[in-house]
Amino acid sequence: MIHTLHHRGPDGYGFHVGDGIGLAHARLSIIDLATGAQPIHNEHGTVWTVFNGEVFNYRELRAQLERQGHRFYTQSDTEVIVHLYEQHGDAFVEQLNGQFAIALWDATRRRLLLARDRTGIRPLFRARAAGRLWFGSEIKALLAVLPDLATLDPLGLVQTLSYWGPVDPTTLFQGIQSLPAGHLLAVEADGRETMTRYWDWRFPNAGAESGAHGHGSIEAAAEELRALLVDAVRLQLRADVPVGAYLSGGLDSSGIVALASRFTNTPIRTFGITFAEAEFDESAHQEAMVRHLGTAHTTLRCTARDIGEVFPTLVRHVEAPLLRTAAAPLMLLSRRVRETGYKVVLTGEGADEVFAGYDLFKEAKVRRFWARQPGSRLRPRLLERLYGYLDASPVAHAALAQSFFGKGLEAVDRPIFAHAPRWTTAQRALRFLSPELRASLGPWDPLAWYEQRLPADIGSWSPLARDQYVEAKSLLAAYLLPAQGDRAGMAHSIEGRFPYLDHRLIEFANRLPPHWKIRGLREKYVLRRALDGLLPPQILQRTKQPYRAPDHQSFFHQGVPLDYVADLLGGERIRAAGYFDAAAVGKLFDKCRRGDALGFADNQAFVGILSTMLLDELFIRRLARAEHHIS
Amino acid sequence: MPGHASCTEVRGIRMSQQAAQIESRIRGYILENLLFSSNPSDLANGASLLEQGIIDSTGVLEIVMFLEGEFGLSIKASDMLPENFDSVDNMVRFVLRLQGGT
Repeated sequence: MIHTLHHRGPDGYGFHVGDGIGLAHARLSIIDLATGAQPIHNEHGTVWTVFNGEVFNYRELRAQLERQGHRFYTQSDTEVIVHLYEQHGDAFVEQLNGQFAIALWDATRRRLLLARDRTGIRPLFRARAAGRLWFGSEIKALLAVLPDLATLDPLGLVQTLSYWGPVDPTTLFQGIQSLPAGHLLAVEADGRETMTRYWDWRFPNAGAESGAHGHGSIEAAAEELRALLVDAVRLQLRADVPVGAYLSGGLDSSGIVALASRFTNTPIRTFGITFAEAEFDESAHQEAMVRHLGTAHTTLRCTARDIGEVFPTLVRHVEAPLLRTAAAPLMLLSRRVRETGYKVVLTGEGADEVFAGYDLFKEAKVRRFWARQPGSRLRPRLLERLYGYLDASPVAHAALAQSFFGKGLEAVDRPIFAHAPRWTTAQRALRFLSPELRASLGPWDPLAWYEQRLPADIGSWSPLARDQYVEAKSLLAAYLLPAQGDRAGMAHSIEGRFPYLDHRLIEFANRLPPHWKIRGLREKYVLRRALDGLLPPQILQRTKQPYRAPDHQSFFHQGVPLDYVADLLGGERIRAAGYFDAAAVGKLFDKCRRGDALGFADNQAFVGILSTMLLDELFIRRLARAEHHIS
Repeated sequence: MPGHASCTEVRGIRMSQQAAQIESRIRGYILENLLFSSNPSDLANGASLLEQGIIDSTGVLEIVMFLEGEFGLSIKASDMLPENFDSVDNMVRFVLRLQGGT
């Protein structure tokens, strides 16, 4: 099992086998290089742990635990976990500030705990088979010993085609579950399981936000936020190896690099992606920020051809279909980082969810304003101020945009109001499903399905809070953190760190009134105020440009498909896999080959179908072939 | 000659041969490129493509490019209205209007 995770931990293996338990660990040495090897145990060898990730506040926790009489035998962050458990029981996890997937074995009680960080930065999967519970950081570790589970779960597929990623606990493999973010699973000696949610994105009732009734000011909030950001970056710079940073040229990563610069006298090592295609490229802003901060910067020039060539490797790492290619350049960037000798990078991921940076939030604000007077001809024209970064902008023609975004205005009170247009676009990929797969699912309404899993009191939150919650649980947890974050980095043993996702910062931001996050149609307003003075004005005032990469263009060169694309999307291969309608896929293939696919829906469907077929090839067929060979 | 009077019977509707040809080409394009289907019954001529989620606002741009290329039209920004592109029937009327110069 553990050899399949070598890329996550190339610096050594560690094992513990005891009565009723087997633990294995692949180590990426970052803290306590000399004595931090795992598994780690307590003073008496009765509590054992393996974990992936970081506990950033380990020094403070250790000092406290030592005062309480605990004795440590390493300098690692891992060791605080076993002592915290001794001290606090299952509530130990609430003390951790970090990004982690933890397995903890209490030998005395013959009890296993599995825990995952609050926002879902580090992955953790499990399966029950052959009378045992199996767990691992990636699905491939489980499939190595449980090849029978290499069967595609149709629910995971339609979730991905609707929400951009499978929704915890569902995965793309039947019988394999993901431990949801912010959850702790206790498995008792008799096999009983108790799942506890120890943290969630919570928001106050509308109107009860701090500062909403004149208490406090935005100046004071910005100041407090800055102090929190400084502290989050300070904690996340902790490592016994050098820490670099990603720098895109946008507000979020620039802010992190500027804050990190305060803690060092040497230039920060930064890394960024550039594209030949102007629609995706942010070089000019990146260079401006490099000049401003004097960082030692490395750029990776990425082409559509690079993306196409590396895409199968990406899918092997992500273990789920993708609707976009944007994780591929990030995986190439992590390779470049590794080549320079770095293992850890800070990134700006999370700021758009915490401070409402995406156009989706502004779009929803305009649509809600419009819904109050549906007949207004002026209100929808505010939509024209969005999506300026797209070549084929959905708001390029006012009347057409109004027609599209005007759909569903009557659903203004539903918590998925903001996401309905995006999910409606994505689910057009469902029309490519084969009749057999569609029938096996029964009726599938992605909007209603998602609503059923939302907190009961979400309706009492402000509309922006509802949108932020759905965004954090869907796009962030199901796609951005696993695909663009963890897997794109860990493919080359690079640990990403995300200061904006420090839970203290999230909790603080969630208490702020919505109009301090989006002021008029200015996104991340309070964050801009907090970073004022640290960044040049052109970066501080820059409108959000989401990170994107060429999609279907990556798989055809002058109308000729890459070899594996032609193979996997051929009619015979599609029919043999059984997931999609071969004739419909053939038509989409031809459209993309001709370069006629302009919109999000076609691109997402194409990338989604191709990556599903790659998943089938790399995991399901390959394992089936191996089994056949063995038998 | 645009708008001539020769008529034919298509699905119970009397329309000019010219209109029938336009309709057939538009239907073929939408079925092939937007619905990815070979089944003509998947597309009703009066159905709103936006309402049914068959196209979004960028999908309309694809239709505009098709109409310009297929029928040699030049579509002005002021004609970029949902009522011109929202259904097969509306597109046929729109193309006829532009071809007729009205």
